[in-house]
Amino acid sequence: MITAGVDVGNKFTKVVVVKGGKVVSKAMTATGFDPAGAANEAYDKAVSEAGIAKGDVQKVFATGAGAIEAKFANDTVTVVSADAKGAYTLFPAARTVIDVGAEEGRAIRLNDQGKIADFAVNEKCAAGAGSFTESMARALEVPLEEMGPLALKSDKTIPMNAQCVVFAESEVVSLVHAKTSKEDISKAVHDAISGRVVSMARRVGVEKELVMIGGVGRNVGFVKCMENGLDGMKATVLDDPEYVSAIGAALLAAE
Amino acid sequence: MAEQKEYWRWTESRWTNPDLDWKNAKIITAGVDVGSVSSQAVIMCDGQLYAYANMRTGSNSPDSAWNAFNWAIEGTGLTVDDIHYTVGTGYGRVNVPMANKAVTEIACHARGANFMYGPTVRTVLDMGGQDCKAITTDDKGKVQSFLMNDKCAAGTGRGMEVFANLLSVSINEVGDMSLKVDEDPPPVSSTCVVFAKAEATGLLRAGWSTEKVLAAYCLAMAQRVVSLLERNGVQPDFAITGGIAKNAGVVTRLEKLLNLKALAPKYDTQLAGAVGAALFAKALVEKGKKK
Repeated sequence: MITAGVDVGNKFTKVVVVKGGKVVSKAMTATGFDPAGAANEAYDKAVSEAGIAKGDVQKVFATGAGAIEAKFANDTVTVVSADAKGAYTLFPAARTVIDVGAEEGRAIRLNDQGKIADFAVNEKCAAGAGSFTESMARALEVPLEEMGPLALKSDKTIPMNAQCVVFAESEVVSLVHAKTSKEDISKAVHDAISGRVVSMARRVGVEKELVMIGGVGRNVGFVKCMENGLDGMKATVLDDPEYVSAIGAALLAAE
Repeated sequence: MAEQKEYWRWTESRWTNPDLDWKNAKIITAGVDVGSVSSQAVIMCDGQLYAYANMRTGSNSPDSAWNAFNWAIEGTGLTVDDIHYTVGTGYGRVNVPMANKAVTEIACHARGANFMYGPTVRTVLDMGGQDCKAITTDDKGKVQSFLMNDKCAAGTGRGMEVFANLLSVSINEVGDMSLKVDEDPPPVSSTCVVFAKAEATGLLRAGWSTEKVLAAYCLAMAQRVVSLLERNGVQPDFAITGGIAKNAGVVTRLEKLLNLKALAPKYDTQLAGAVGAALFAKALVEKGKKK
């Protein structure tokens, strides 16, 4: 059976094509202000890369903040269920799944059959999501992808007083004026954002194995700080972490 | 680099009361409010407003306090030694070098609102740069209860500054401009200012006018603040202090949601904290406190 999963995220739209339980192609486009167009574009790319015709895809499930914009999908599934399905299939030992995207964060606890036991979502506040690092990278004048590696070079702990991204930006500017190194500031930023995700994860209960998915999984600084926040518990970042929700949606479509 | 106009920059001001001479005063006190965004210094002669300055807070509290203080006494002939007692307040109150004592901004705002709007005030809403406080008070300006949001930029002046910059509209004009719509659109749905900004950009692309986007944002802010007020309890008379009190777009929508008119301000609404501080200073001098 050939199915597809579409994840229309706040920042990027991801599509995967799955055949017989295996991912055969994947594609990603920026969501921008045209989520419907982004979904179409990513879907066309993924289908053509799979070397098949659209008619060969038997079922399409959409997920993500803009799921309803993928008009060609047969149905929508929640991100939490897509995350659980994707993470558990790719890594069956997973009991805690942390998904941090551009504007949302989720912590999901799974039982040993991969069923959702509990979950928590933050979609109200940028302070626990990828946009936080993005804003701080701008304030620090550092490219986003360098923020994580930069944080790893610091062993200092500077608490950030501000909870809010908007306030934290002025705090970062003050730290820059106070001649605090970019490494230390970057570490402080990652401690702050991961701290918020850790407290959300603790609310649902953290059990081994812990897996990390979503675009922020690519940020080594975040992962390290989160592990520290969880008393050194190891987090396994799944390959292509930003595609896991789309994979989960495609797998659910095949059921 | 292209020059970016600072739309968020509100007008700084100073004032001296032409009808008073400090040399005739028995008690001269000062209140210095170092907020996260603005700093005010107020000089009072025997409990009457004599001079004030209102300016932007810089990167460190002591300098901001001195700047506001020196600007307030500028041209009056007063020196710091002529002031009998000074109270510091606000976010940076522990770092006000000329202050003899620090008092919390909640107490100062209630006391200041009592002076500025009269003893009938029971509910004070202070909409500051980085926080928002709902305070209930008695006829003496004593705090009965309060609730505050200082964690999140939604519902604060900083949030409005972000929108002024995004839409390239001066912060002094955003309120009036938001009222130039025939009917209010649905409010901006994102709570977080970072997300609201992205939402607003999307609305502009969808063809919304700047006025309509501002209306949606002012309404969202008003709704947010109303829920804070209602949790703390709202009784008339009602007064709004802080920078957002100057934003008719938020104030008008707040009044509509509460079905309650706010008292018209007679003074610069940003002064409440510093006025309260100067009044506390006067009360301390009367109790025999020396600096």
